[in-house]
Amino acid sequence: MSPLLELVRVEARYGPVQALRGISLDVNEGEVVAILGANGAGKTTTLRAVSGTVRRSGTIRLAGKTLRGGPERAARAGIAHVPEGRGTFAELTVEENLRLGAYVRRGSIKADVDRVADWFPWLIERGNQPAGTLSGGEQQMLAVARALMSRPRLLMLDEPSLGLAPLIVREIFRIVRELNERDGLTVLVVEQDARIALDSAHRAYVLEVGEVKITGTSAELRGNESVRQSYLGY
Amino acid sequence: MASFLQQVVSGLASGGIYGSLALALVLIHRATGVINFAQGEMATFSTYILWTLTANHGWPYWPALAFTLAISFAGGVGVHQLVVRPVERGSLLRVVIVTIGLLLMLNGLVNRIWGGSQHSLYSPFPTRTIDVAGVAVSIQDIGTIGVSIGVVIVLWLFFQFTKVGLALRAAATNPAEARLIGVRVPWMLGLGWGLAAMLGAIAGALAAPSLASLDPNLMQATLIYAFAAAVLGGIDSPAGAVVGGLLLGVGLNLLGVYVDFIGAELRLPAALAVILVVLLVRPSGLFGKTVVKRV
Repeated sequence: MSPLLELVRVEARYGPVQALRGISLDVNEGEVVAILGANGAGKTTTLRAVSGTVRRSGTIRLAGKTLRGGPERAARAGIAHVPEGRGTFAELTVEENLRLGAYVRRGSIKADVDRVADWFPWLIERGNQPAGTLSGGEQQMLAVARALMSRPRLLMLDEPSLGLAPLIVREIFRIVRELNERDGLTVLVVEQDARIALDSAHRAYVLEVGEVKITGTSAELRGNESVRQSYLGY
Repeated sequence: MASFLQQVVSGLASGGIYGSLALALVLIHRATGVINFAQGEMATFSTYILWTLTANHGWPYWPALAFTLAISFAGGVGVHQLVVRPVERGSLLRVVIVTIGLLLMLNGLVNRIWGGSQHSLYSPFPTRTIDVAGVAVSIQDIGTIGVSIGVVIVLWLFFQFTKVGLALRAAATNPAEARLIGVRVPWMLGLGWGLAAMLGAIAGALAAPSLASLDPNLMQATLIYAFAAAVLGGIDSPAGAVVGGLLLGVGLNLLGVYVDFIGAELRLPAALAVILVVLLVRPSGLFGKTVVKRV
């Protein structure tokens, strides 16, 4: 069976700067895969290449079908990309943000709201509050909840830990792992904090200057000397 | 007292027209961040189409109005796609200049097609008055006020409760994120322009029978009043635009009648004074929000 998401020698550049130098990776259905690496290694750009928010070359396939075009088409194909900095609509209410999550879908959203209420009961209680008035952690959870509203085939999270307290980061990763275990959600997550990412992911890719440097299961990477020294710090 | 109330009602009627056009300005400002200086001329153009259909081609009023609204919508979308989008990237000034150019072009076009003479546009509301609590009010004024308020309510429902309305708001406030959730942002902005052009057509259809007769400069003064209304209410607030329009209509009408030295001639400068004072004292307007962002 072919992987759900497949990147073959993907390149991307910002003006003169080549951010991705031929990345190949894949994510299987039902997997949580982490992308690790230092600042500027190309982690965020990899996600942006998948959702089409950056010009890219090479091949990207979702369930065997080549992805083309911009983020609108990626969203319609079933990719929910939660960008760095959450990407909620600050001026719109929590409830409106959730409704927007289901924008690409037809039909009733009742079942999805119930599902979100299951995971994040407090979000429904605060439905009328502008999203911009939530705390950083709450906004990150709203962003995940909104992504769930689209019933994605693939959830892509960019640095969910950014600027959040460790306790909240653990909570977010716990929810991601449970979503994977209970609902079979496939997740591709970019993370600076290698330790927490490896705790949640089945496999990981380590990027360095736009290339895949090391790849393996989380256990393998934890045992890898250079990963330990550079990213885990022990 | 009766005459005072009459002046208030007729002020509300003209205020409703200012408010409708102001709403069109606000809609485009929220969607694309620009002030559309051609909004008035677009409305005039639409009104001429309505006039041609009813007066020259013998169409009944309501089908002609529906057709005019449809054409105006298409025209608004077309203006956005063909004229605004190509210059949308980069400085806002470029778009502003383009809309001023469009103003001149449409004005010239109206003169070329229909000539400069004055016409009278049929109104579905009779001008005779009825007695409301001892005040003689013209049905036309009541109809104008009713239509303006009805339009606001319909738009509010659209933005609040429909998927597309919500997507349009998302596209306007944060286009990059809107694309990530699958919203086709350029379509949404085009939709905003189309709706604004429809609103303008409604304003024109209300204005031509009541404020002035139909000539190529029909909406020029009204556009200034609409600017004043939008600034007064808050340039980003749809409700503010309409309330601003009504306040301005009533205020200017009363000033014109009761303050001798303003009369009819100084109405326009009074509106400009309103713009100036609001911008100096409360730039966000009555209903505008000062944007607070969490960093």
